Amino acid sequence: MSARVIESGPSIAAAPTLELRGIEKRYGQVSALSGVNVTAKAGEVTALVGDNGAGKSTLIKAIAGVHRIDAGQILLDGEAIALTSPRDATEHGIETVYQDLALCDNLDVAANLYLGRELRRRRSALLDGEAMEARSAQVISELGARLPGFDVLVSALSGGQRQAVAVSRAALWGSRVVLLDEPTAALGVTQTAMVYDLIRSLRDKGLAIIVVSHNMADVFALADRIVVLRLGRNAGEFVPSQSSPEAVVAAITGADTVGEGR
Amino acid sequence: MTKSLLLGKSAGTRLVLVGLALVWVLFQFLNPNFLSPRNLSNLLLQIAVLGTLAIGMVIVLVLGEIDLSVGAIAGVSAGLLALLISQGLPWWLAILAALAAGGVIGLIHGSIITAFGIPSFIVTLAGLLVWQGVQLQLVGDQGQIPIRDVVIRGIASTYVPTLLGWLIAGLGVVAIFAAALVRRRRRERFSLAVSPLSADLLSAGLAGVAVLAVCAVLNSYFGIPWVFVLVLTLLVSCSIAMETTPFGRHIYAIGGNREAARRAGIQVRTKTITVFVVISMIAALAGIIEASRQFSASNSLGGGTLQLNAIAAAVIGGTSMFGGRGRIYQALLGALVVGSVQNGLDLLGQPAAIKNIATGVILVIAVAVDAVGRRRRLARGAAE
Repeated sequence: MSARVIESGPSIAAAPTLELRGIEKRYGQVSALSGVNVTAKAGEVTALVGDNGAGKSTLIKAIAGVHRIDAGQILLDGEAIALTSPRDATEHGIETVYQDLALCDNLDVAANLYLGRELRRRRSALLDGEAMEARSAQVISELGARLPGFDVLVSALSGGQRQAVAVSRAALWGSRVVLLDEPTAALGVTQTAMVYDLIRSLRDKGLAIIVVSHNMADVFALADRIVVLRLGRNAGEFVPSQSSPEAVVAAITGADTVGEGR
Repeated sequence: MTKSLLLGKSAGTRLVLVGLALVWVLFQFLNPNFLSPRNLSNLLLQIAVLGTLAIGMVIVLVLGEIDLSVGAIAGVSAGLLALLISQGLPWWLAILAALAAGGVIGLIHGSIITAFGIPSFIVTLAGLLVWQGVQLQLVGDQGQIPIRDVVIRGIASTYVPTLLGWLIAGLGVVAIFAAALVRRRRRERFSLAVSPLSADLLSAGLAGVAVLAVCAVLNSYFGIPWVFVLVLTLLVSCSIAMETTPFGRHIYAIGGNREAARRAGIQVRTKTITVFVVISMIAALAGIIEASRQFSASNSLGGGTLQLNAIAAAVIGGTSMFGGRGRIYQALLGALVVGSVQNGLDLLGQPAAIKNIATGVILVIAVAVDAVGRRRRLARGAAE
């Protein structure tokens, strides 16, 4: 690990990097999110957990700018912003690592890192392949990811390496917030450990990290705070060092709120 | 040996070159005139139209789409060209009009495909019927419109003077070395890994020798056909656009993973429309070349097996039907294979039936060999 330690945990009493207030999202008659509040602080990993249909994906899509919210506020560094397209989100420094990774298998690592945001040579319409390759190499080595090379096609990479490419892309462009949707689904033990390391180095760069996961092991290994969603509402917030997985699972399933569920 | 041939970065291209060499050796053995300068020069004239269409086809296939109407568009373009010239329009205006007609047709195809989300297979299949009908209307009852304009007739029947030919080849060699050295210097400036200077010089040298050899062979007959210069210019321009511009990178990205490209902010619809405009204009150019070869625009121009051979040439050259994979120069390689087989069978006096069967068999062999090679490469890649 070539961990370039940046002064982590900017404990300035300023506003959290990302704050969601009273988010509402409806699909026709179905209310997917109602009054959801989530905050994500710089240099912290916030885990977002919940059962299927709890609204995790909807919330991720709202932050990524894929879906518009119907009501509520999204604040970045305390200022309300509108996220109406993926481009809005990326322009605000919010990057999303989707579960399917959204990589182009037929392109090499550097091309994937710069997909849609290619560098051009000065006073020219031509791609600056060399600058992109050099910068990609730098970002990937800063994160401590292990890849066979930067001119390798993504189709030749393993699952963990592909995840590393997607995370590196978020590291390259995300200046404020990085969202990761199920980052360790379908990964082996070693590869999962590598992805944990990547996420921690992103956190140490001072980014606000939001991880969506089903996996309690993930959540307790990575998170500084755990936000539980249930049926589109907040269902509790936990700090891993002060709570047990059983308590979190109970909040996810609604076992501690029997009688209220219906 | 077979291992390095099947695996590695440009394995596909090496296999096509080996296949082409086999075809050439076989036909040379069966007919000693096959590799004569005269026949090779004819071969280049014969594949000019096919190669042009195949270049456009590679671009569309890389995007993950297909165009079944390029032959019909070539027919419309040729018909319009001949009609306008017979009305007394100057040659350059008629050419511009024919190319513009191609562009408009492509705009229609691309707009329908993106606006309604209909597969390009269907839209261009309909286009094939529609534009063949338009072609019949344009050409009229006589069945063909003769072209008397000297410039247009000259496109596919005149040759570059010997000295100018050598000059063009020399410039080509200089450009090959310059490109290799510029690339080296840029990589060094960004402190990226570079291959040994001798390796770069060797591959540039081999390419240079190939260019000079082709020039020597053609100059020992009538010279380099102008139409070959035209096709090479198209080839180089399209290669630059596809491999060194953001536009080309986005076409590969869309063909590789459409959803990822969209999420990365790439304008998938705009790019799709642009590609259909480009291929239709390339098809219109092919129509102009064919009209020049025939000295007329007939109602059968662009029909028959030309359309399917254009797809076959692109695929034999190594372009994937599933999008995201293929290089422009492979269009010319594929066209050379298809053209060589047809030319060779012609020399042996074989009928069209045999030519079609041979082309079909080669198409299947090429795709099968490529599929085996790709599976092995994938298996190796995944094992790492």
